Amino acid sequence: MANPLVPDIGLVTAIRRDTPDVKTFRVVRADTGAGVCFPHMPGQCAMLSIPGVGEAMFSITSSPTNTEYMEFSIKKCGCLTEWLHEMEEGQEVAIRGPYGNHFPVEADMLGKDLLFIAGGIGLAPLRSVINYVRHDDNRAKYGSIDIVYGARSKDDLVDIDEIKNEWSSGSGSSSGTATVHLTIDRAQEGWDGDVGFVPDYVKKLNFDTSKTVLMCGPPIMIKFVLAALNGLGFDKSRIYTTFEMRMKCGIGKCGRCNIGSRYVCKDGPVFRCDEMDSMPDEY
Amino acid sequence: MQNVRELMIKKAGEMLSSGEVYGVLAWERGDFACDQTPALFTSPESLSRLAYDEFTAPMLSKYLINEAKKPNEGKKVMVFLKPCDTYNFGHLLSEHKVERDRVYAVGVACSGIFSREKTLLEKCLACKGMEFHHCDEVIGGEGKITWDKLDRFAGVEMIESMTPSERFEFWRGELSRCIRCNACRNVCPVCSCVKCVFDNPGSGVMSKSNADEFEENMFHIIRAFHVAGRCTDCGECSRVCPRNIPLHLLNRKFIKDVNALFGPYQAGASLDDASPLTSYSVNDPEPGYKDKAKGGERVA
Amino acid sequence: MLKILMSDIGRLFERLSSVGTLYLPIEGGGQTAFAPWRAGADVQLDRVNTDLSVKGLFFPQTEDIAFFKREGKKISVLPSSDPDEPFAVFGVRACDVRGLEVLDKVFLDDPAHMDTFYKGRRENGALIALACSSPAETCFCGAFGVDLAEPSGDVAAWIVDNTLYWEAKTQRGERLTEAVRPVMAEQSGTSAVDASKKAARDALAAAPLASLKDSLSAWGANDMLTLFSSPLWANLSMSCVGCGTCTYVCPTCQCYDVQDFDTGHGVTRFRCWDSCMYSDFTLMASGNPRKTQLERFRQRFMHKLVYFPEKYGGMFSCTGCGRCLSKCPVSMNIAKVIKAVGGVENG
Repeated sequence: MANPLVPDIGLVTAIRRDTPDVKTFRVVRADTGAGVCFPHMPGQCAMLSIPGVGEAMFSITSSPTNTEYMEFSIKKCGCLTEWLHEMEEGQEVAIRGPYGNHFPVEADMLGKDLLFIAGGIGLAPLRSVINYVRHDDNRAKYGSIDIVYGARSKDDLVDIDEIKNEWSSGSGSSSGTATVHLTIDRAQEGWDGDVGFVPDYVKKLNFDTSKTVLMCGPPIMIKFVLAALNGLGFDKSRIYTTFEMRMKCGIGKCGRCNIGSRYVCKDGPVFRCDEMDSMPDEY
Repeated sequence: MQNVRELMIKKAGEMLSSGEVYGVLAWERGDFACDQTPALFTSPESLSRLAYDEFTAPMLSKYLINEAKKPNEGKKVMVFLKPCDTYNFGHLLSEHKVERDRVYAVGVACSGIFSREKTLLEKCLACKGMEFHHCDEVIGGEGKITWDKLDRFAGVEMIESMTPSERFEFWRGELSRCIRCNACRNVCPVCSCVKCVFDNPGSGVMSKSNADEFEENMFHIIRAFHVAGRCTDCGECSRVCPRNIPLHLLNRKFIKDVNALFGPYQAGASLDDASPLTSYSVNDPEPGYKDKAKGGERVA
Repeated sequence: MLKILMSDIGRLFERLSSVGTLYLPIEGGGQTAFAPWRAGADVQLDRVNTDLSVKGLFFPQTEDIAFFKREGKKISVLPSSDPDEPFAVFGVRACDVRGLEVLDKVFLDDPAHMDTFYKGRRENGALIALACSSPAETCFCGAFGVDLAEPSGDVAAWIVDNTLYWEAKTQRGERLTEAVRPVMAEQSGTSAVDASKKAARDALAAAPLASLKDSLSAWGANDMLTLFSSPLWANLSMSCVGCGTCTYVCPTCQCYDVQDFDTGHGVTRFRCWDSCMYSDFTLMASGNPRKTQLERFRQRFMHKLVYFPEKYGGMFSCTGCGRCLSKCPVSMNIAKVIKAVGGVENG
């Protein structure tokens, strides 16, 4: 049995700059130079590290339907992420996973109209689900797809090309279309989408409450969107979100990412919002 | 001591009832002798739980850093200080960690503190005396040392008499027991940096455990250097060490050297004296400096 | 049951050390800790408990996970091998045996993510547990259903009137028994040991913390969110100095950190004990969900007394060994927390 803390080696084959502080890294197995390092489900995470710099947990941004490579959209905000932002293609990284639970793509989400709500880098874990449900093999299993996505400015919208060119029109690797609603915090020249915060935009869009909601973003956004959805009459048991905590092991043993008796690394990162009522407010 | 405790309760009750202080930093009794906890008493009724006897070990001055900052309508916090803790209080005042105007300091007589094993603590064997400093008033100020004192620097001299390799082995042996719990640092009134370098992930030296076996040694050596000239020799570091490491010996070596080089100095005794290691005069000794005019001999 | 005179105990240790490294409570620097036995070592079997628990023999404070080399853009990884050397520990008290049972839950409960280091040591380490005859004032193992007089382990041992009695409890214990049989005598009947067991249990029932069991029931009558939001945490945590002493001397605290150490010719990734009491424990680039000592302090006790039982079928992750009571610089501890939040006054 292998030590779960010992990583495999991945190879970075492409780096894309999404925003001034977000880059998306494409990673394949280093030994064969191709393919994913391990299979995963939408919403699951992986530990990436550069030995001597640090190790941290990141959501896997690519869809499991993509078996050629994995992608990670990473915001520059600390020691390791700064290093990752500086690296070049061809760099090897240490990688282990997959960790945590996943969005209920093969359970509660089946047959449902889906509403995705993301803020900033919060799109990263949702992109995996969005591309999973849009995939030709899966699209028929779900109802309509709406995506609300907001960021500070138009330059801070991650994956904007994919959103505009593929998700809205149904081209690219999967043909399933989605209705995309974009918003930015403050008005900007050359922006014809909505202006305002995500929770307000969600209220304004006045969605049908039968939708199943998947949301991801900064804790403050989650709290306000949840309040907005409650106001619209959404049932908390149909809303899913993800939590972020400091992690070291990824397997529920190092003891630091718990909210109450749940470890975010193992019992999360995906939680149903009615579960939050029975969790201490420490996130 | 029973009498001292009663006087403490009386005074604390008066100060709380009159509203002169918002709370009283004292000790709360536990389930057995060595089980008393520092506590903030905020009502006269709660004072029946106040404990003070020959097992009351923790110092209270460091809690003033937080307590004296709380708004509480500008009201003071009252604190009980044992003689050795008044030096810590002085130190905190001199470094402006505590605002004097926010504290009502009451010195309390001490009869020496005993361990769980009912022996007098080492720090008490080397007691600095029963004088109180910086207090607004004193309860039981006529107390005297009634036990046989040890020579405070005997332990340091013993280590000084070792060969360098013996000394190295001695400290490696003692420090090998360290578990990096940081108890010594966290109780130390002098170790009150807002962010300790050993807690800073960006410092490059943050570590909770030995990456190599030399790390614990460095932690203690760096800490000893940082408190040099500021350590009041309260002995709390050695008292709280769960691994029984005689950390006070490191600090006392610095105290002994400072005394020898700069003349007798007691940190925290006076608010006026500049600390020898944080002030400069042209007459300062330069230990280790080799004067060529004197044939390259080491001076001082 | 076998027996041996305490004056001959060295012969027993010799036999045991032939099976593998033998760890015993050994005096050093004014403290007692589990250390490898060698002839002439100052073995302390009458101290109720070692200053550090047996935890460190199975989950050492520091251990290397892997060694990395980085050359240009290449990374190579050399994993550390799992421990496979047999060893035995003699003199483990009932509370520390329970401590290992608690650690087993964390490290071995998930077949997909076994802690292979811990597993290797558990599979190779035999436990010879020693019953207590007179508990310390800080002992409260009874509150958690630990029987100080009947420890689990591979072998249970009792010392009564200069004689050590030995009884195998597991198959591994039986094998150890065969190894030591040549130096031991048969003992028929258990009356000598029975009297000692009763005396030990009576002593625990008369110890200062005997009533903690009732406080624990009172504590347990509250639901998690009520306990979490209790206003008492502010007062209880006020004295906490935020050191890691309680967590490091604890037989069940298992939180660890993973860090890299650049040796200059490669990077050693190691894991080491960590403490929920430390300010950086949950610190993220985006902030800290446990900002003050109140939250950190609460986490430690909620984990031991609520979260852990919730996760693992009611098992508490406290064994009542009392080390945190005697080691805390300010004597703030789990017994006081249980009593206060359970609505009982100290002293």
